[in-house]
Parts: sequence; structure tokens; C-alpha cells
Amino acid sequence: MSPQAQLLPGTLDLLILKAVSLGPLHGYGVLLRIEQISGRALLVEQGALYPALFRLVRQGLLKASWGTSENNRRAKFYELTAAGRKRLREEADGWNRLAAAIASALAAEPEEI
Amino acid sequence: MKLLSWFRSVAAQLSRSRIEHEMDEELRSHIQHRADDLERTGMDRAAAERRARIEFGGQQKFKEECREALGVTLVDTLVQDARFSLRVLRKSPGFAVTAVVTLALGIGANAIVFSVLNAFILRPLDVPEPESLYQIERGKDKAGSQSYPDYVDLRDRNRSFDDLAAFSFALVGLDTGNNPTRAWAQSVSGNFFDALRIRPHLGRFFHGSDDRGPNSAPYIVLGHSYWHTRFQDDPGVVGRVVRLNKHPYTVIGVAPPEFHGVLMFFTPDLYVPLVNEEQLEGSTDLNHRGVHWIFMVMGHLKAGVTREQAVADLNSIGSYLEKTYPKEVGQMTFTLARPGLYGDFLGPVVQAFLIGLMMLAALILLAACANLGSLFAARAADRSREVALRLALGASRARVLRQLFTEAVLIALVGGAVGVSGGIVLLRGLSTWQPFTRFPIHVPVTPDATVYVVALLVTLASGFLFGAVPVRQTLRTNPYEIIKAGSTGMLVRRVAIRDVLLVVQIAICAVLITSSFVAVRGLIRSMHSHFGFEPQDALLVDTDLSTGGYNEKSAAGMQKRMIDAIEKIPGAQAVGVIDQPPLWAGWSTESIYTDQTTDLRPANAVAQPVVYRISPGYFQAAGTALLSGRLFTWHDDADAPRVAVVNQEFARRIFGSITNAIGGYYKVREGARIQVVGVVEDGKYTSFAESPHLAMFYPTLQSPTNSTWLVVRSNRDPQELTATIRSTLRELDSGVPFSIDTWNHELESGVVLFGPRMATASLGVLGAMGAMLSVTGIFGLAAYSLSKRKRELGIRMALGAQRKDVLWAALGRALRLLAVGSAAGLLLGILASRVLAAIVYQASPRDPVVLAGAVVAMALLGLLGTWIPAQRALTLNPLMLLREE
Repeated sequence: MSPQAQLLPGTLDLLILKAVSLGPLHGYGVLLRIEQISGRALLVEQGALYPALFRLVRQGLLKASWGTSENNRRAKFYELTAAGRKRLREEADGWNRLAAAIASALAAEPEEI
Repeated sequence: MKLLSWFRSVAAQLSRSRIEHEMDEELRSHIQHRADDLERTGMDRAAAERRARIEFGGQQKFKEECREALGVTLVDTLVQDARFSLRVLRKSPGFAVTAVVTLALGIGANAIVFSVLNAFILRPLDVPEPESLYQIERGKDKAGSQSYPDYVDLRDRNRSFDDLAAFSFALVGLDTGNNPTRAWAQSVSGNFFDALRIRPHLGRFFHGSDDRGPNSAPYIVLGHSYWHTRFQDDPGVVGRVVRLNKHPYTVIGVAPPEFHGVLMFFTPDLYVPLVNEEQLEGSTDLNHRGVHWIFMVMGHLKAGVTREQAVADLNSIGSYLEKTYPKEVGQMTFTLARPGLYGDFLGPVVQAFLIGLMMLAALILLAACANLGSLFAARAADRSREVALRLALGASRARVLRQLFTEAVLIALVGGAVGVSGGIVLLRGLSTWQPFTRFPIHVPVTPDATVYVVALLVTLASGFLFGAVPVRQTLRTNPYEIIKAGSTGMLVRRVAIRDVLLVVQIAICAVLITSSFVAVRGLIRSMHSHFGFEPQDALLVDTDLSTGGYNEKSAAGMQKRMIDAIEKIPGAQAVGVIDQPPLWAGWSTESIYTDQTTDLRPANAVAQPVVYRISPGYFQAAGTALLSGRLFTWHDDADAPRVAVVNQEFARRIFGSITNAIGGYYKVREGARIQVVGVVEDGKYTSFAESPHLAMFYPTLQSPTNSTWLVVRSNRDPQELTATIRSTLRELDSGVPFSIDTWNHELESGVVLFGPRMATASLGVLGAMGAMLSVTGIFGLAAYSLSKRKRELGIRMALGAQRKDVLWAALGRALRLLAVGSAAGLLLGILASRVLAAIVYQASPRDPVVLAGAVVAMALLGLLGTWIPAQRALTLNPLMLLREE
């Protein structure tokens, strides 16, 4: 088994928003950034990234513009819109609450009941 | 509006291709970046790019998901599905053509019937504020007609209507300068246009103030279409003085194009004031309260007045009239009705007829959809492997179903488009069609937006309807089973609803085909039977002398001059006058009494024979044989004792025998004794199918008539003779309009044959529809059972079955159903023809030609329906089949 964890459904959008919130990125860059910030623990299927990006653009959470990458190639860069920023905050809060709840649930010992 | 949506769709198209392009570029950029990274780990460029592409995964799949994420997919997949469907359909043209033709007929029929329904029932009359316009009906019988004095009282005494207008009809002679022609006038009250709130297209209209007593308003308003055809849209015609029945009249205006009176199916040529009736018709009933010659009285209800209030108001006037004129008026209670279809006289009949027709058309379409459904099911069975393969490859069932529906709807749309375009052509024809050349009756049906919308909805609905038939079958498809084992398909042996439906369709089709054959044969035979006169080699010259300014006193002399002049034409063997020919649009009857009767009340009459007024020479010209006694001479005039010639039936029924009749007397209503001087053979008078009628003939000199039909017998070329007669009559009096036609043509195109012809034509149309249904039904069933049994047939063939056995196995079921249905239909058809005999003279089902024809027709339908499945059964290749499945 690989040490990398599979993404939970619904978390890809959150990760993308987070990755892009750290600075405008092109698609491949988003992939690398997620790998980087998750400490290489999370694996995103390369092709699956794009439908998610398109969906976020359509929802108005991201905006896209063409530019030149660090490799001197033409690429489409994504950045967060105001709505995206707000959504990121909400989702992050929600996720943290959920994670904390699950963590606390898993940490429960018999004597605590 | 249209342009805008067009731009929008073009823009969407452009942006779609831009999105596609960007998507490609972005994915390429991704792979390049990944390849750059891989290159840095020491791979060479080509290997890196290859690796990057592999890592990325299925580009098409992700692109599809991207499109879905962008929300452009629905239209795209629809286009894809449509393209695919077209490709599939092109591979089975027989199926596609059958389906399209079936739907075209079904949807076309519905579109046509709905257009007529829409024009007559749903759409209001094309006048301002039609919702408050009502006609007044009188008495229990809801008669639309009124007498003129009653109309005036109703108009002046009511408090419920803004105004009440009245009209009647008159056939007039219009002469704009030595060219008298007949025209249909609506004689209208002075306030007619004002009461209907119509504004003139040109010039002015007459008004209520122009009614100043008999013959006080010599004004003409032209109908728009008549202005167009007769005056070529010449605006200079307004103000011109023309001659109407030889009296000077001024054309004062032209009615607007959309207005043609308040009757939907009648388009008057011109409008003249009612008060001039004497000049229009040669006599006047303006002062007779007992004569109900006003065709209709109508008007707009005042704002705020309900129908009930108006009826109560009218009824109080009615009871006043009943009290004041007890002798002249009958029951004077009133009701209100819509004027467009002449109120309760025609309205409910037309409505019931059209709704019945609509239901019939809907049933036909429904049956067509059922048949197409089974065809579709057969196709779905054939394609189960393809469907299974697609499902196995990961297509969703929804997508497969969507594709099947796209196919069905596509066929429906093509069929609907063909059907509706055909319908429009037919409706155009119907709109310009004048069933009777003599009367300006037409059926104004132009399809409007409502019709198109309904047609589109019906089309889509039928597409979904027959597309839905194979849905269950497709949903049940188990890809693994089918690919492993081939389409097994259990053979259903029991009698299915589908079979019953097919038998019923075939039976109905056989009934219709038998009846239409019977009707056509009857029609042909009735044209060649004997009806007491000989239409061959006879011309009819039709005129009304009142249109030339004659009255009943001066008409007889003119008739004699006309006969004398035409008799001199070389080749004219016999010439005579009759007031209206037998088997024509109208006839009149009179009560007669035995010579001994003294109390001449209607109840004491012995018979009501039809009565004709004829000149000497008529019987010779008409070819009616004299059986006994003598014919009229010019000495049977007003000074001579009153005489009559009667037919054989009259002689037999009233006098017992022909010999008793000669010299015998009978009485008429006024008390005059009339002596029978001659007996002629029986004939047909009111319709071809009538049972023998009593008929009597009076000399025109003793009972004068303006209505004049000259019968000219000659075996000269009719066209040549027509020209000579025309110039002869012109010479005599150039102010009398007339028309000339052969008696045969007059009969064929006349009112009497109209009913039988329409019955025959509708049976023919329905028969064609039924044939269409039968063919698709048989086709569907045969194709379906063949598809289901392909494997079995393959095995049989491999084991050495003969082609004929295979054919029978494949098509036997369909052919058996055809035989059962046809037999039942033929039997029913023969029974139904008895009913038909009442409409079409001499329609007899016991006619070998008809029976043989019907059997051959049904066999042909069977052949047609099984043709494609039979071809397929014969070309089945057992090796291919067994290997494949």
C-alpha cells in the first residue's frame, strides 16, 4: 500500500480552494501545491482535478486567466474570488469542527463514558 | 425576436468551440508541465511526455466531465444522440420511411382537423369585440329568421343592445357597363356596419339614417375579395354609378379585407340596404309581419347587461307583439346564440361533427403510435446486443434510453414536419375551395400559431409515446446474459393485447375499404342510371329574370322570346323552360286535395307533391317520356282552364291508374280545380336515393316564375353551342346575366351529388388512413416476431427447413391476424353498406367487383406490411446467426 491517503469525497474542492488561496496557480501547480501542503500525504488524480476546477469557476469561487508559467509555458492561472475566500473559510471551519468531533470520538476511553 | 435568439444560439456555438479549444490547451499545458518535471528526473523528452499522458489518464473521459461541470453537455449530448440516431436510421430506411409516413399521415390528419376546429369553434369571429356579439333566435325551434316589422320593433324597443342589425341574402345582377353578371348580395339593415363596429376600407358605409322606406337607399358596399376579383382593387370604383338589376346604384365604399359578414362560411360579394328589397328580389315583404325572410338579427350587448337580462327584455317585447298582432306572429320568446355558425341551427351540429372528427383523428394517431411502438420494440430486440455492449462498456441506462428516445422523437419530428406541411397545402386548398360554384360558400381555415404549437406538442407526445414502448425491455437488459447467450427472448404464444389491437385495426380498415368501394361503385352507377330525364346532350342556361329587371308579369313573355330565339339556332332539337331543374339544389312542394274535398285545411291534404313550372317544349328538351295524354302548348295560358301534367306515381297514388288520371281533377290550397292533361314517366327530383315521389308540372303561363332554366337539347359540340346561345341571348336583352353549362356537369358538381361525393371522399380518406395503420401494424408484428425468433429460425434452417416453412414460421402469425381481421371487416363492411345505401344511390355490397376489390386490397396491404420482414427472413444466414448468438 502506498503511504498516500485517498481523498474523502467532497474534500477535493476544499483542498483546491486552500491551495489557490496561497497564491494564483495553474492546474499542475495546484496539484503540486496540494501534494506539498499535505506533506505528500494526499494524492489527487491528475485528470480529476480539472472537472473540479471547472466546477469551481462556474460556481464563481475561482476565476481563471491565461498567463506564463515558471517553465515559460502558456498556462491558465486560477485565483480565489471574494466568494471563494468566504467559502474556503466556511468549509475550513466546518471541516475543523468535523475533524475535531471525530478525533474526540475516536479518542474516547471506556472510563470516560 | 427571432433574430435575437438566432444570434444567441450562434454565440453559444462560438463560445462552445472556444471552450473546447481552451480545454484542449489547458490539458496540453498540464502534460507539458508534468513532462518538464519528469525530464528533470533524467528521462528523455519523448518518454517523459508519454509517461505524463499515461499518468493523466483518459483525457476524453475527463473532458466529458469538464463539459458536464460547465453545464454545456445537455445540448451537446442531444446533438450527439441525434447524429447517432440519424446514422442508425439510415441503416434501416424501410423502417424509417414507414415510421415517418405513418406519423406524417397521423399528425397531418390531426393538424388539419384541429385547424378546422380552431377556425370554427375555438377562434372567435373576426369582428371587433366578438365576445359581446349575439344573434337573436325565436321560439322553441330557435329559428334565426325574423320578419322585418318584428325586427324593427325589437331594434327600437329593446334596452339591452347597443344596436340591432339584420341581414338577408339576394342574388342580384350587377352591370358595370354592358357586362351583367350575377353577384351574391347580403341585404343588410342601414345600421349593419355601425352595429358591428366595422370601419370602411375605402369610401364610406351607409348608416341607419339612410333607411328611409322602400327603395330609398341605392347604395352598394363592396366586399373586399369581390372588389379584388371584379374591380382589380381599383380605388376609383368608389363613387361610380352601376346598375343593379337594371336600377342605378352608387358604389359608396369597400369593406375591410378581414370582414365577410358574420357567417363564417359565407362570403358575400357586396352589401346593399335591406329596404331596397323590391328592387333586389322583384317583390317585397317589408310590411309583412308573418313572413320571416330576415335571415339573422344580431347586435352587441350593452356593457354590463347579462344574457339573462337581455333575454328577459326581448321576451317582454315578444309578449307585447303576441298581444298586439295575434294573427300574424307565433310564439315570440327569444334566446341568444353566437352568430358565426348561425347559432343553434348549425353551431352544435358543426361542433359535434368536428369534435367527433378530432377524436377519430386522435384515435388514428394513437393506433399509429401503438403500431410504431411494436416496430420500435422489434428494433430494440434486434439491437439488444448493441445495447448490452454499450451498457457493458459503461454507458448509463439513462444515456441508452435517452438515445432511444432521441431516435423516436427524431422520427416523430420528421413525420410531424412532413405531416404539417402536407396539412398546410391541403388547408390552403380547403380555404380556396368552393364546394358549389353557384354559392359563395367557403371554408376559411388558415392555420395560426395555435395550430403549429399544438402540432409540435402532438408530435413530441407521440414520439415519447411510441418511444416508451421498448423502455421496459431495455431496462431489463442484462448485458452479461445477452452477450453470453444472445437474445433469447421468450416467444409469447398467448393472445396479446397487441394482437387484438391489430385485428381491430385490420377489421376497421377492411370495413372502410369495402364501404368506400361500395360508395364509389354506387356513385358511378348512379351517374349512369335513369332519372326521368336525359342529361346527356343537353345544355342548361340558368338565369333569374329579376336580375334583369323583370317581374313575374313580364317574365313569361321574355321566356317565350328566349325559347323562340334559341329554337332557331341550327342543331337545337328542343328547347324548354323549367323554374328549377330536378335534382338541383332546391325544390318546392305544394299540398293538394282530392276534387271532393271542400275543407281545404292543411290536415286534409292527400299529398305534397314536388311542383315544377315548365314551358311547352320542356319535356321534349329534357327527354322525359310522355306516357299518356298531352303536353302543354302556348295556349295553356292565364285565360285557359288550369291544367297540370303529373308523373306516373302521382297518377297511380291519387287516381289509381294512368287512364283514370287523364282528364281527372284535383284541388290546390287556394281552392282552384286543376285538370290533369298528361302523365309522364317517374323521375328523381330531390335526391338520387329517394323513393318514388309524386310530382306535378304547371305551365309557366298559368303560374309565372322569374327563376328560369332553359334546357337546350342538341348533339352539337357544347362549347360551340354555348357561344351561339350566349350571343343570341345577348342580342335579346344584354341586361340579363346568365350562365351556361352542360346538364351532366351541372349534376356532377351540384348539391345533390355533394353529399354522396363527400361521403365517398371521406370514406376514401379514412380507408387510406386505415390502410396505413394496417400496414404498419402488420409490419410491426411481423418484424417483432421475426426478431424474437431469429435464432430458432436459424437453427431450423441449419437443420434443413425449406424457405417456405421459414417464411410461414416468421410471418404466419401476422398473416393469420390479417385473415381474421379482413374477414370480420368484410362482413361488417357489407352490413355497413346498407346504411351507405341511404346516402349513395345504388350502393350495393352484393357486387362481385366490390368484394373481389376489397379482398385484393387487403391482400396487397398484407403483402406490403410483410415485405420487409419477409425479405429479412429469406436472407437470414443460419451460419451467421448461430455463430453470432
